[in-house]
Amino acid sequence: MDAISATPAVPGRSLFRLANPGRFMRLSGRVLPVLIALGLGFTAVGLVWGMFFSPADWQQGDAVRIMYVHVPAAWVSSAGYVGLAACSAISLIWRHPLADLAAVEIGPVGAGATAICLITGSLWGEPMWGTWWVWDARLTSVLVLFFLYLGHMALVRAFDEPERGYRAGAILALIGAVDLPIIKFSVDWWNTLHQPDTITVTGAPTMYVGMLWPLLFAALGFSFGFGAIVTARLRAAVMERRLRGLLLARAEESLAS
Amino acid sequence: MTNLPYIVASYAVTLVIAGGFSLGAWIRLKHARRQLAAVDPRGRWQ
Repeated sequence: MDAISATPAVPGRSLFRLANPGRFMRLSGRVLPVLIALGLGFTAVGLVWGMFFSPADWQQGDAVRIMYVHVPAAWVSSAGYVGLAACSAISLIWRHPLADLAAVEIGPVGAGATAICLITGSLWGEPMWGTWWVWDARLTSVLVLFFLYLGHMALVRAFDEPERGYRAGAILALIGAVDLPIIKFSVDWWNTLHQPDTITVTGAPTMYVGMLWPLLFAALGFSFGFGAIVTARLRAAVMERRLRGLLLARAEESLAS
Repeated sequence: MTNLPYIVASYAVTLVIAGGFSLGAWIRLKHARRQLAAVDPRGRWQ
């Protein structure tokens, strides 16, 4: 039987309760439709509001509307990497089998979000800065994040023994987490063409409220959407692993008889 | 609306990439569910 099916649930430890695939599938089956609905709803409201009903910027004109896809994609790409690093830590410390699978499934989706961030940033930079790309600290550190995602995707698939791939990928993901504070503080630590943060956790936002609300709606929508895609992929991965386990068991039975 | 091509391209890129991932996940889930149902008739995970 495969590792994920054989993992016993440890009572009283909520993290390990999800190691039981049946429990995870039941729980995720209930959560997934909610995530899809929230993701679609918030994204639709945020993007329509941002595209048609929010004001243009006095300096940037309508190009500021790119913000409603660029900024949520940037937040989600960093948050996704936090998730990847957390799964990697759980995988290395507790050998949690679902954490391995979650890390594998977060990688491509995070890379996709980072690609959206980089491409839309480039499309915003050309009319505003007069260039598609500059090697400033913010842009370069986000490009490094994109390569970290790609590196993780390649590494977890590079070994014949999946467990070795998961370990190597987890180590890379944890080392790569050092890029996250660099992304966050790059606009403060260095002189960058990229503007400083207009929304911070501690301070009041320096953005007009008519732009802030659609941005927050879009960011919530992207976050729920990211969660929905990862959950759907993870459910598929658990089913695929269960299927492989069943087929292997049948093959062994038929060989033995 | 100023800079319309850049705005439209940004939203289109986002829709294509996010839509591609969503569609891919949905197809993979459907495929896995169907295959598992064929092998495991109890179907407790579907």
